[in-house]
Amino acid sequence: MINKAIFIYFAAVILLSAVLVITRKNPIHSVLFMLLLFFHIAGVFVVLNAEFLAAVQLIVYAGAILILYLFVVMLLNVETESKASRANRYWPWAAGFGLLVAAEIALLVARGTFPLDTAQPMRLGASGVKELGIVLYTRYLVPFEIASIILLVGLVGAVMLAKKRSSE
Amino acid sequence: MIPLSWYVMLSAGLFTIGVVGVLSRRNIFIILMSIELMLNAANINLVAFAHYLQSLTGHIFVIFVITVAAAEAAVALAIIILLARNRGSVYVDEFNLMKG
Repeated sequence: MINKAIFIYFAAVILLSAVLVITRKNPIHSVLFMLLLFFHIAGVFVVLNAEFLAAVQLIVYAGAILILYLFVVMLLNVETESKASRANRYWPWAAGFGLLVAAEIALLVARGTFPLDTAQPMRLGASGVKELGIVLYTRYLVPFEIASIILLVGLVGAVMLAKKRSSE
Repeated sequence: MIPLSWYVMLSAGLFTIGVVGVLSRRNIFIILMSIELMLNAANINLVAFAHYLQSLTGHIFVIFVITVAAAEAAVALAIIILLARNRGSVYVDEFNLMKG
């Protein structure tokens, strides 16, 4: 019972702050609502016994990616933001389409039954750092190495793109 | 115990909000943040299914998704800085150089 109440609180705040992220005029407000959203997603991860992922969510998403966004938003101009319109001219179509898809998914999920609903969830401690590390460094070692190459490409690409051309 | 369908509903709602954000906003920052919203919706789904299937694969894939999201954010923000420097705008409907 208390689990359900906690989950409903997290889900409500996640959906509300997601709507606020895409509707605010000022991008800085959007980034701050995104921060709130990431904290509550970390809360959902804790409810699902994924403590390590909750920590990674907070450290990498809230701590690194979002701060990067905040820096770039502040680097570029925000003073023209209050005059410009926030949505393109097709936004009623997009919003209607979104409502339609959300209603459709809700209907399908509500009418269907999940066999996993009655399944036994993961036991406590089965998804700790030790178990995760053992799986990551044995079975998923090659994807792990590829992920490091992706990070290297991202690092080099960001530096190459954003540096000023001195010779031209 | 929380039913799995609740997590699926939450993640579907979050994903839909992200799609609407990508389709309707003009500011390129908000579009990128909407993409992050969609990635997070997928993460919630992966962790929920991993929890109910008693498998750690979902957790591993969430780690990879976060890695790709970090690399994507770094490169995309560099591209945005270049765009703002060369074209003087962060609104996607003003980038119509290739429109015939």
